Amino acid sequence: MSAIMLSHVSKSWGAMRAVDDISLTADEGSLLVLLGPSGCGKSTTLRLIAGLEEADAGTIAIGGVDVTRLSPADRKISMVFQSYALFPHLSVAENIIFGLRVRRVSRAERDARLRRVADIVGLAHLLDRKPSQLSGGQRQRVALGRAIIAEARVCLMDEPLSNLDAKLRHEMRTEIRALQQRLGMTMVYVTHDQTEAMTMADRVVLMRDGVIEQNGSPEELYNRPATAFTARFIGTPPMNLVRQGDHLIGIRPEHIRIVSGGDHAARVKAVEHLGADSIVLCDIDGQPISVRLDGFSKVQPGVDVRLAWEAGHEHRFDPVSECRLETSARQGRLATSDG
Amino acid sequence: MTDLAALPPIAEPRARSQAWWNAVNAWLLLLPAAVLLVAFTHWPILATIRHSLFITKRNGDEVFVGADSYQAMAADPIFWKALVNNFWFAFGTIPTSIALALIMAVWVNRNMRGRGFLRLAYFTPTVLPMIAVANIWLFFYTPDYGALDQLRGLFGLGRWNWLGDPSTVMGCLIVMVIWKEAGFFMIFYLAALQQLSPDLDEAASIEGASRWYTFRRITFPLLMPTTLFVAINAVINSFKLVDHLVIMTKGGPNNASTLLLYYIYEVAFTFQDSSYAATLTVVLLMLLSAIALLKFGYLDRRIHYQ
Repeated sequence: MSAIMLSHVSKSWGAMRAVDDISLTADEGSLLVLLGPSGCGKSTTLRLIAGLEEADAGTIAIGGVDVTRLSPADRKISMVFQSYALFPHLSVAENIIFGLRVRRVSRAERDARLRRVADIVGLAHLLDRKPSQLSGGQRQRVALGRAIIAEARVCLMDEPLSNLDAKLRHEMRTEIRALQQRLGMTMVYVTHDQTEAMTMADRVVLMRDGVIEQNGSPEELYNRPATAFTARFIGTPPMNLVRQGDHLIGIRPEHIRIVSGGDHAARVKAVEHLGADSIVLCDIDGQPISVRLDGFSKVQPGVDVRLAWEAGHEHRFDPVSECRLETSARQGRLATSDG
Repeated sequence: MTDLAALPPIAEPRARSQAWWNAVNAWLLLLPAAVLLVAFTHWPILATIRHSLFITKRNGDEVFVGADSYQAMAADPIFWKALVNNFWFAFGTIPTSIALALIMAVWVNRNMRGRGFLRLAYFTPTVLPMIAVANIWLFFYTPDYGALDQLRGLFGLGRWNWLGDPSTVMGCLIVMVIWKEAGFFMIFYLAALQQLSPDLDEAASIEGASRWYTFRRITFPLLMPTTLFVAINAVINSFKLVDHLVIMTKGGPNNASTLLLYYIYEVAFTFQDSSYAATLTVVLLMLLSAIALLKFGYLDRRIHYQ
């Protein structure tokens, strides 16, 4: 009873349509990622679900109940803010049990739940500290603890990892995902980092300028991008898009090979060695194209090479609308389905 | 910098002379500030304390009298009257002006129409010169044709000499000073409120906290540094008030509105008794130092600073 459903929700500020008629569903117990570049409306969408902003149009339902006009407190949700929003004058323990105090939960139960949550997020030894005495990762855990102690079925996260360093981010990513699955929460997670989306999500909703660009599983977004925008957004490095005549062709870097008898002439501009593989940045008819090669590539910048890829790996897009061109009806439905 | 040729060739004395030069440099850098502090703060304080132990004869000779002036002060009913008045004045102005400042700041901190105008309106009393303020309020309190008495006239009430009656004069001063200070303190609260992240309010609202609960547990504790700062200022101001008294009441009637600093001013410049004025000043200094000690020694440690 904790699925989240948005139908035709809009929100604008003056002439700016921050969220423009979007509909989506987060299944019960699943993790839905709202992904997109900054200013695409993903945070606004999350704040609409939380009730921190009021929708201009459309309905929002949580667990089958229409919550569109309810206050944040009445929606029975928890939320982790990008800034963590910890109360700086309260200890870690008081921060975590803030909501329980508001709801006048008895002291005994408060203590029991605090102990349990402190163990889950690994803060049992830091409960008396103030937030300013904690590291970034520890603050993140306090915010997490405050979100899960309420035992709300729905947890909203607004770029929770963007203030952490790369290593910690990777750790917390796995931890949050494990926690979400262990507690069976429905989670909506906002990020601009496609790696987070790909690794954590059950379902990814890619947004752009207030509208949904594509809604699907991480695999769908990667293997079957509905638009050139999705193609350019997903993957590191993202899909190459090459204009050939009046076609717009997309091809993943790992599907390109450098072979002597290749069909396409290219010149190597630079090589990035990542260890397990190398990214060779080439130039094909004045358009950049990146090639992923296994191991430590010996290709030198400046040399001319020939590239080849299988026709089956090509993604075709309409050069004007940038939409995916499909021949089969089944694939067309997949690309536009939203749930 | 240092003349290399003048330095001795051996290593150790050279290091010692460098340390000496460092110390000289440091003291030279401190000198301008130190001169100002000593000349205008420390020396006058010491001179005042010394002066309070002497009396000056007509021919200019100083005679050591020890604690005589202090004994005279303890027996001076006007001193005690001024001290008690000052206490009531502080008690009447400080809590109310701080509470009003906080309420106004919370109110104008929201997004609303005419916010800039409201903020300006609250701040106006602070911008006005003290003398102008005193004259405006003198008009309000004037018997018969003053604003207050005209208002009373509408209800058929008789004239009342607001500043001329010992029972109302202190209340009148308190109201005026609250009017003047609240807007000034509001600016500090407003600045502090704008430093608070709106995320905190939102996090609290998601946890189901009411606006009052959020104010009580989150906003107000986080404003405590400002409250302390404002309170200390208010206390100091309440001991510093002179100009309004000069314009409006001259301490009267029957010393009902005499405050400590005004009494010092009167003793020093009207009665020309500089050694007794010094004695009173020492008392004022001790009061203010006690407040400063309380702030730095005790209150600062109990307050959360960001």
